[in-house]
This record gives sequence, structure tokens and C-alpha cells, in this order.
Amino acid sequence: MSIDNSTGIMNDKCWEEKYYQPEIEKMGREEIDRLQLQRLKAVAEHCYRNIPFYRQAFDSVGFKPEMIESLHDLQKMPFTLKQDMRDAYPFKLFAVDVSNAARIHASSGTTGSATVVGYTTADLENWGDCFARAIALVGGDGSSIMQVAYGYGLFTGGLGAHEGGIRIGATIIPMSSGNTKRQVQMLKDMGSDILACTPSYAMLIADTAIEMGFDPANDFKVSAAILGAEPCSEGMRQEIERKLGVTVVDIYGLSEVMGPGVSCECRYQNGLHVAEDHFIIEIVDPDTLEPVADGEWGEVVFTTLTKECSPLIRYRTRDISRIILGECACGRTHRRMDRISGRSDDMLIVRGVNVFPSQIQQVIAGFSEVTSYYQIILTSKGPLDQVTLMVETVPEFSFDEVRRIEDLQRRIVAELKSNLQISVDVKIVEPKSIERSEGKAKRVIDLRKAGE
Amino acid sequence: MNNMIDQVTVFLENKKGRLAALCRALGDAGVSMHAMTVADTTDYGIVRIISDSPDKARETLMEAGFRVTLTKVFAIAVPNRAGALADLLEALDRAEVNVEYAYCFAIEGDMAIDVLRIEGDCNIKETIEAAGFRLLEAHEIYA
Repeated sequence: MSIDNSTGIMNDKCWEEKYYQPEIEKMGREEIDRLQLQRLKAVAEHCYRNIPFYRQAFDSVGFKPEMIESLHDLQKMPFTLKQDMRDAYPFKLFAVDVSNAARIHASSGTTGSATVVGYTTADLENWGDCFARAIALVGGDGSSIMQVAYGYGLFTGGLGAHEGGIRIGATIIPMSSGNTKRQVQMLKDMGSDILACTPSYAMLIADTAIEMGFDPANDFKVSAAILGAEPCSEGMRQEIERKLGVTVVDIYGLSEVMGPGVSCECRYQNGLHVAEDHFIIEIVDPDTLEPVADGEWGEVVFTTLTKECSPLIRYRTRDISRIILGECACGRTHRRMDRISGRSDDMLIVRGVNVFPSQIQQVIAGFSEVTSYYQIILTSKGPLDQVTLMVETVPEFSFDEVRRIEDLQRRIVAELKSNLQISVDVKIVEPKSIERSEGKAKRVIDLRKAGE
Repeated sequence: MNNMIDQVTVFLENKKGRLAALCRALGDAGVSMHAMTVADTTDYGIVRIISDSPDKARETLMEAGFRVTLTKVFAIAVPNRAGALADLLEALDRAEVNVEYAYCFAIEGDMAIDVLRIEGDCNIKETIEAAGFRLLEAHEIYA
């Protein structure tokens, strides 16, 4: 493996693809289908027998687990919603007694009551295997040093990455998030090879390192970053790659389904391979709930195939993605989903126009005069929604003349207008006045309801 | 460039107490200001400062979290009499030199100092001297 440290771009002729479980990751399509069918039958049976919610849901649509003859029969099964998980608080969707759960995670519950998921020892091992595949595909192995800067706790990021490190036998530095200067010092002094955290935190670590007088791209050993739990635009990815001198792979997962590792990009950075031995992915039209053709955008739906404690049938994630067609050059046969283009519940409706924060991020990434930190503030001015985008300029930006700042504002406004069809008020703010995040960044502040 | 002096330029949001915080930071560092002007817009202001030690001012303000840059400007000694500045600006106009912004500060005696920011950083030394004015050197300002 060889990584050009100055740019983070891999020299594809010199790196040897590594797999953690090659027999599974490179399994033939027919064999995957066979394995999925066998496991789907078992999980349907497991849900029907052990979870009253599913027994009732299956009965209400006249579905019996023994009716499954092909993978196509999955479409006869009912969907599971986030609200079903909230209603089941705390253990009503557990298929085993809580005494048999080895660990419990829970979502923050900021948008409703918390959702609780349990893991048996086998569930934790499977989860670790999924994350370990991500470590291997960035070139890691038992000799790697992985710094985990995801938060540890009920959030699945920290312990999910940790579990992956254990499975592959890596040396783990369990930093959790926060204390960014110390984070930088450890990254340097421990010679960490791999950094695992959210993209916004990776950016903060990079900027902090540079502020502390380091050149992490050349001075630090770190060669890869496994980033997840929030969307990362291509511009932001490239900026992190350049500043830290790393290859960034996007890892996806949600606590309801498991945690990070449900799918992960390979080094070709063209879609995330879904761990198809553990999950079935479907893409459905969010309105009709009918599956869409491969390649078309829709809501991502997951069915877990191996989870013992908290199995889920056709869980609607609200994430918008699509299946990427064709074979991947990395040799993995598991199908790829595209990077999440937005969440159906993150979507902002501004004066009747649908806007995803990720689209705004994409636009500002095209301006070298501003940093990647931004915040969107929504207010109402009479009957109209008002959008204000706050951005900070980079230190190199010369602002001595007012017209330069006005010109920059004008160009950002025009670009947002042509890309998103909405008028946004752009405010340039002082450095560091936009809150730096150690976990998931709070990009949108909606003050509209408060004003009503 | 020769004959130009360093002006400290600071980007300030229109927030309560920011200008005071800026001045306090400079005061605590022992930086003395000779002149200060604020160009204000709805959301932010641009503060331009001539001080006794621009590098120290810049460093101090950066450490305090301000967005700071040094800008090259001309400082010109102008007699303290009616029409003197008009003479200077007309000479520049004839030489097709564009002024971005300007401000004056008076010092003791019969001279004032005019600070000019010139578009494109072109050198105006000859034009100014031909018109009978004198460019001030950095050491005359900072000390």
C-alpha cells in the first residue's frame, strides 16, 4: 500500500487490496442470494415467534414466515417505522430477554422519545466484523493503531469503531470526542494510522493541528480516516484528505439497524458496500413504498439478517440514496449504495422549496474564500421564511475593502440561487463564531416555530 | 513596496462590545493607536488602524481571535490649510491613480497626515513629490 501523503490520493498501482473476511466480501452473487434467503427465513421466524409486535404486524397483513420462498417475498412483509421503535420503549422490540443482552445503546431522543437497541454477544461480534472490514479496506490490520474520536457512550459511534478494532486486533486509542488539542497530541505522539470520527470533528482536529503549528499531512503518520454518522460533501472530504494527508472513507450505519458498519466505502470512493451477509437493502419510493429500479433514488430500507436481540424487518431509515450499478474494482461483490444525499426528515421546506442542508454545504465547498463551517438559520418574516447562511472567511481572504466582502456575498447568494432556487441571505461572521462540533454538527437552527 | 506603511485591518461583526474588546486587547499589549476609522455596514464593520507597531498589533489581535490582515497604505504629510488635500487628490487624479479610501489624522504643528489606499498598489511616490507633498517613511509613523 502506498499513499501519497501530500494529497491523500492513493497510488492505485502500488496498493494491495486488503480484506478482513475475503470469503464473504468476495462471495459470488448467487451464493449471497442463497445466504440471504436462508437468513431471511430464520429472522422472520425469530421475529414472529419472539416479538409480539411483529406477530401482530405479520398477522394483520396475512403474512406467515413459512411463506418465504424467494428474496422477492420480502416485499410481502410490513415496514417498521421509527415511531414503532419509540412505542416499543424500552424493550418491547427485543427478541431475547434483556438479561441475555450484552449491551444496550440508545438514540439521543432529541426529536421524540429515545429508541433503544440491544446486542447479544454474537450481535457485537458481527458488528465488530462489519467495522473491521472498513479498517482492512483502508489498509489496516492487527498492527494498526486506530484512534477512536467518536463519542463513547449510548451513541453507537465510539463503541462500534472500538468493537471493529478489537475484532481485527488493532491497537485502539479510545479518545472519545472532545479535548481536541489532546486529540492532536495523541494523534502525533502515538503515531496513529487510522482516525475514526465524524467528518466535522475530523475537520476540527485537522484545523486545530494546523493552528498548533503542525503540518499533519506531512508530520503525522495517520494515513486513513473512517468517517461517519453525518453527511460529508465531496469538497469537505477533499479538504480533510488534503489537510490530514489521509484517504477518507465514508462509513454508514444507524443505531436502530446496528451502528457504523452497515455499509462502507472502499478506496474507490464510489458508493458504500452494504454488508449483505448481515443486511438486506431495499430502496423504495417514500410515497408509494414500492421498490424503485436499481439506480433510482429513494428511501433506504434495511432488514437485519443476523441480529438476535433487536432484529428489524424492513426498517424505513428516512435516508435518501440509491443502488450503484455494476461491479466494483475493489473486488467486493456486496452491492453499493450511494452516499446519503439527504434525510427525508432533515429536509427543509423553505417557501415551499425542498432544500437539504447537504446541498448548501456542496455550494459553499466551491468557494475557497470561506471555511467549511457554516450554519443555516431559519426565521419567519411575516408569512415568508427567511434563510440566513453564516460563513467564516479563511485567514488568507483579503477583506480590507468592503466591496470585496460584498462581492463574495453576492457570488455565494447567486450560486445558492441558481443551485437551490431559493434566496439566501449570506452573512460573513468572525472566525470561530460558528460553533465547532465534536460530534454531529448542528448545522440548522430553525427559529420559525418559535416565532409563530 | 517602498514608501508604504502597514495598516492593521480588522473584520468586526456588529456585536455589542466587539470594538471595546479590540481596543482593550491592544491596550493590554501596550500597542498605541495613532488613528482608527470604522467603515460600517449593516452586519459588520471594517476597522482600520495605524499604530506604533503593526506586527505586534496583528499578532495580539489574532491571538485574541480576531480576523486581522495588514494592508499597505501611503501616509502623506499635508499642510494644515484649506485646499491642501484637494491639491493632492487632483494631482493623483491627473496621474489616473484611483483612491480606494482615505482618512486623515492631524498631529501637532501645521501638518496633517493623510492615509491613502491606492487601487492596484501602484507606486505614487513621484506623482506626490512632483505635486510638492512628502511621503512619510514607516519609522516616522510607527515610532
